Order: sequence, then C-alpha cells, then structure tokens
Amino acid sequence: MTLLQVDGLSKHYEARRSLAQRLVGTPRSVVRAVNDVSLTVAKGEVLGLIGESGCGKSTLGRAILRLHEPTSGRVTFDGTDVTALAAPDLKAMRRRMQIIFQDPYASLNPRRTVAEIVGLPLALHGIASGEEARAITARVLERVGLRASQLDRYPHQFSGGQRQRIGIARALVSNPDFIVCDEPVSALDVSIQAQIIALLLELKREFGLTYLFISHDISVIGYLADRVAVMYLGEIVETGPVAEVLDNPRHPYTQSLLSAVPEVGPRRDKARVRLQGDLPSPLKPPKGCKFHTRCPLAIPACAERPPESRGVGPGHVAACHRLDGNLSLLEPVR
Amino acid sequence: MTVLLEVSNLHTEFHARAGLVRAVDGVSLKVSRGECLGVVGESGSGKSVTFSSVMGLVRSPGQVTQGAIFFDGRNLRDLSREEMRAIRGRDIAMTMQDALTALNPALTVGEQLAEVLEAHDETLPTGRTARRTAIRDRSVEMLGLVGIPSPEARLRQYPHEFSGGMRQRIMIAIALACRPKLLIADEPTTALDVTIQAQVLELISDIRARLGMAVVLITHDLGVVAEHCDRVMVMYAGQVVEEGPTDQVIGAPCHPYTRGLLASIPRPALRGQPLTPIMGQVPDLVGLPPQCRFHSRCPLAQPQCLVEVPMRDAGPGRRSRCLRLEEMA
Ligand SMILES: Nc1ncnc2c1ncn2[C@@H]1O[C@H](COP(=O)(O)OP(=O)(O)OP(=O)(O)O)[C@@H](O)[C@H]1O
Ligand SMILES: Nc1ncnc2c1ncn2[C@@H]1O[C@H](COP(=O)(O)OP(=O)(O)O)[C@@H](O)[C@H]1O
Ligand code: SF4
Ligand code: SF4
Ligand SMILES: [Mg+2]
Ligand SMILES: [Mg+2]
Repeated sequence: MTLLQVDGLSKHYEARRSLAQRLVGTPRSVVRAVNDVSLTVAKGEVLGLIGESGCGKSTLGRAILRLHEPTSGRVTFDGTDVTALAAPDLKAMRRRMQIIFQDPYASLNPRRTVAEIVGLPLALHGIASGEEARAITARVLERVGLRASQLDRYPHQFSGGQRQRIGIARALVSNPDFIVCDEPVSALDVSIQAQIIALLLELKREFGLTYLFISHDISVIGYLADRVAVMYLGEIVETGPVAEVLDNPRHPYTQSLLSAVPEVGPRRDKARVRLQGDLPSPLKPPKGCKFHTRCPLAIPACAERPPESRGVGPGHVAACHRLDGNLSLLEPVR
Repeated sequence: MTVLLEVSNLHTEFHARAGLVRAVDGVSLKVSRGECLGVVGESGSGKSVTFSSVMGLVRSPGQVTQGAIFFDGRNLRDLSREEMRAIRGRDIAMTMQDALTALNPALTVGEQLAEVLEAHDETLPTGRTARRTAIRDRSVEMLGLVGIPSPEARLRQYPHEFSGGMRQRIMIAIALACRPKLLIADEPTTALDVTIQAQVLELISDIRARLGMAVVLITHDLGVVAEHCDRVMVMYAGQVVEEGPTDQVIGAPCHPYTRGLLASIPRPALRGQPLTPIMGQVPDLVGLPPQCRFHSRCPLAQPQCLVEVPMRDAGPGRRSRCLRLEEMA
C-alpha cells in the first residue's frame, strides 16, 4: 500500500543579490533546489535517497513535510493531499509525519531541557500535558537509550550520538507513521553511527514505521533501504529496488557514484570511473541532461534535451538518453 | 625501505579547564620513504594532535612533554623555531582538516603559492623579473597538477571563490609546491562528496608515485585506508592500539577495538543481519586511570585488563595493545 506519493514536486529558492547587483538591475536568480520530483513510498518501507552535497536532498525532505512550502507539485499522504491542507489540518497531519535532522548540534534548542524538547510535540498536538507528558517523555527517552534521570539536562551536556537520540525521541513521541531521516548519522563517528542505525531499525520494526532515509553514504543505504532514489542537481535520475540499483545501476551518474565508494574488504578489481570537474552551480544548472558536463557517455543530444524517465527493469526507472545500448561505465570485471 | 620519520613515546598534553588532557599518550610510529601510512580513529582520539606535534605546530595551552621525533636522521625536538620553519613546507608539509580556515582568506591563491615558493624553493633564479616569472610558472604548474581548470585565471582568485573540493586541492597544491619528502594529509576528504573524494585521493596517490613522496593519510574511513594505504595504525583515546599491514589489519584485526570498528560499518553485504556496534562511548581523556582504555567498551574485558597495557608484538610487522590478542585469531 502506498503511504506517501510525491508528484512533480519543486522547490525553488530566490538567491539573494548583492547591493551592486540590485543597483545595476541584475535579475533575481533562482536556485532550482528540487525540480519536478516524483516518488512513492509504500507503508513499512525504507526509501533511501542518495546524492552529493547540495543536490537537494534536505530540501526535498522538508518540502514533503511542508516545513519549506513547495513551489509546485503535490504530496499525498495516506490518501490526503497534504499540499492542499490548511494550517489546522496540516498541524494534525504533522503528528503523523516527523523528521530527524542532519545536524545533532544545530537542531536542538540550547535553552530548552530535554523534557521540554522531546515533550513539545505532545503539547503541540494536545496529546498529553503535565505529569502524563513527562511520563511519556521519560518512556520514549529510555526507549532510545537515554535515562529518565537526564530529562532536565540541556543539549550541550550530551555527546553528538546522544543528541541524535534526543532528536529521535522528539520525532517518535507523537507516535508517527512516517519519519524523514535526514542524514541522521553523517555527523557521527563510525561506532556511534552503528548504534544509531541499529536503533532506527529496531524502532521501525517495533512501531511499524515508514522511513525516507536521506544519506550520501551508499553503504548505509545498501544496508538498510528497500528501495533507493538517486538525486543529482535537484532531480531524481534513477530509482529502483536497492539490490537492483546497486548491482545493476543504469544511469551513468549512479555508476560513477558506486565506483567512487571506497570499500573495506578484499580489494577486487573494481572498474574505476573518475568524474572530471565539480558539481555545477545550482544557480546555473547545465541545459539538457544536467549531468552532461561530467558524464563520460555524453553525446551532443544530451546538452540539448533533458532525458525522459524510462523503465529499465521491474520497478527500476532511469532518466538517460543512452539506456538502449546497454552501455556501462562499469566494466564487466565485477 | 629506509625509515623517514620515526616517532617514539610521544606525549602531548593540553591544560584545559576541566584538567590535564593527555591528548597523545606514548605514541610511537614509523614511516618509510615512499610509503603511505593510514591513521584511523574516532574524533578526539589524537590523530591531528599527533601530527601537529610532528610539525611543531602545537600551541599553548598544548605542549609536547616527552618523546623523540626523528626525521631524516635529525631529532626535530632539538631544532630551533627557525630550523623547524625551514623544514615545514620544504621537507614535510601538512594539509589541514578544514581547508577554508587553513587557507588565508585575505590572500589570493597565487599569493599564497608564491609565499611558500619564496620561502622554500632554492632553485628559483635571483633576478627580480626572472624570479617572478619562475614563481608564476611553478604556481600555474601546481594548480594544473591538482586538476584546477584554467589555472592562470584561478591564481587571482580568493579561497572563498572555490568549491570545497577545489579548496582541498589548492591546499594540496600549496603543500606539494616544494616537493616535500613527506605529506601529512589530515582528513583531506572528510568534508567532500564521494566522487570528489575519489578525485582528491587518486591525485595524492598519483603524485606520491611520481615524486616518490611518503604520505600519512589521516581519516576515519576504513574504506579509504583499505584502498590507499600500505600500512595502518589505529588510535583510541590518545594511544595507538593496533598497527600493521593494511590487508592484515582489516582482514584479521588483533585488537577488539579494530574488530568492533569493522563490524560497525554498515554495508550491503550485511543486509538483514543486525550490526554489532561497539557499545558506550569514548572515555573522557581527563584523569584516565592507568588501565586498558578500551576496557569499558570491550566485549573481551576481564579483571586482569585493569592494568596499563603496553604495545605487544602480534606477528611480523604487527603490534597490538591488548592482553588477549593471542585469543583473537
Ligand atoms: N533557504 C535557502 N535559500 C536559498 N537556497 C537554499 C536554501 N536552502 C537550500 N538552498 C540551496 O538548495 C540546494 C539544495 O540544498 P539542500 O540543503 O537540500 O542539499 P542537500 O542535498 O541536503 O545537501 P547536504 O548533503 O549538504 O545536506 C543548494 O544549492 C542550497 O544552496
Ligand atoms: N587546543 C586544544 N585545547 C584543548 N584540548 C585540545 C586542543 N586540541 C585538541 N585537544 C584535545 O586533544 C584530543 C585529541 O584531539 P585531536 O588530535 O584533534 O583528535 P582527532 O584529530 O583524532 O579527532 C581531544 O580530546 C581534544 O579535545
Ligand atoms: S543523458 Fe547523456 S549526459 Fe545525461 S547521463 Fe545519459 S549519457 Fe550522460
Ligand atoms: S586488554 Fe582487555 S580490555 Fe583491553 S582491549 Fe584487550 S581484552 Fe579488551
Ligand atoms: Mg542536507
Ligand atoms: Mg582531527
């Protein structure tokens, strides 16, 4: 059953102009942080979203929850058009859709105690107050591996991993169905990362949660996601079942991303694709296929027309002009 | 291979408000000519302080209190500030974890390259115009070497005008300008995306092969070590806990911490299996008792481990700081 459906979602930001630019009348430039993105997440599923820094992952996650108002497009959650909801209904819906933020340091208010931070959604949604709220908060805190005796401490008294547990408790306390996990482990050390990933998977099983799991770490996505969506400069270039995409990537960007991941374990003769050049500025994205400035397989048509998404296998979709020839950057050494 | 850098029993301390922090506590290591040594460990384990100590860059409230640092036959701790400054940049160069703060924001990239070349390059001609042209040519060459497109124009730009990956490459260009014998790269790619990370690491390997330079690669990514380093040393809470040839350490770790780290890495092959994370967290470095520092998190811990544990031989070229290493095979 589809729990979340995103259709043609875009989020454009207006870039700020300098005084000089305003004086000479330089037109406002627009960052197309998320551009015409469609995806679905089934109930109980983990959809992994991967892509490089700045490609629009967090923006997409926030636009889905309307924490950032989308510029256009539709988000349907459990049959309800979230994008059409007025404020009170949106608030009620937020109880069911939560987010865990990327930065465990910046995302917790330093002047609030853990009890206040974690208990806030309870008050906000009128679920509980006073002693009852405190009891619920304490229970959730213990469930994520902290102690009830830490309720009255402030965020700075906790390590990065513990802060991320506080963020998880805050997302969990209103008993949601769906959580956007925005790089919940990227800022943490390897041993702490593993603790948090194990916790998130336990919670998912226990409470029947559905995750949109954002990460730039393909190993993490390969370990925990059911399906994966690959993002480049605001657009989804490939989606499919995780095993399918990792073993048989069809988009040249996915292929180069996979070949760039350094792996522990026996050194195998992995085909190397080294991209040239940096990620283009999202202020001036390339025309046609946005990957053509770095793509080793680009042909003249790629600079002219953007490619359409096409099915390339069961549930597996990619957007590239050169899917027909079964070309691959990854040599058959694998 | 001859030894280029040999550090023995290094101690570096910080006088912090909470008390004395023994950030580096008895670290010994060797780097041979042309070799690549990987240094891994969680944040705060002492990786950066160890190599800032080697560079003579530890500043108050920090202090190197004990140990010897032999480089190319000389004990760096006996050198004057002037002599040390001459060695930095010319013989040993270090790139910092954070390129934006390590580069001078007020100077163009060209000015910063020129500064290093002026200070260290003895092959430059003495005539003013010839010298200026030579510096320019070398600078353009260096930026080209690290893959910056249109280097002439880029020389006139300031650090903030470059992307994160380009800034790391510029720092590497500055570090390599005088063709050092040893490059210390402190987390050169931690802030970068995988595709850019791959470019930067490939670049370092490439230049290492071409110039016969030795490299110390500080990272917390065991995958990076597996693909780029001949040997690896693992640090925990200010000490080296294991060292040896990379494939052996990763294939058959002989310290419970290394083993725990490897088991912590999520990867597609482990799908459906639970991860076995290391429980707990890194101990506070203030006032640590003299006992195995991994004791509180170690699944093999025994009461006998509550003593100071020395580095012990664990096979040819391998050492481990564990009393039970024989049982780990
Ligand atoms: N409030 C904002 N105003 C203007 N531009 C923004 C804003 N927030 C994000 N952007 C731009 O939108 C693009 C996407 O940013 P976003 O934070 O979604 O990336 P991301 O994929 O989450 O990156 P990371 O992996 O670094 O977290 C970037 O170019 C960013 O600079
Ligand atoms: N300037 C400083 N003042 C006080 N303590 C410091 C300072 N620099 C580093 N430390 C401490 O030294 C220890 C090791 O730090 P560092 O070498 O930077 O770790 P790593 O590079 O392995 O992440 C940490 O406990 C850190 O807090
Ligand atoms: S459409 Fe062209 S440029 Fe884009 S990924 Fe495919 S081959 Fe490369
Ligand atoms: S000495 Fe004991 S506590 Fe320390 S790592 Fe070895 S087994 Fe674990
Ligand atoms: Mg983000
Ligand atoms: Mg460091």
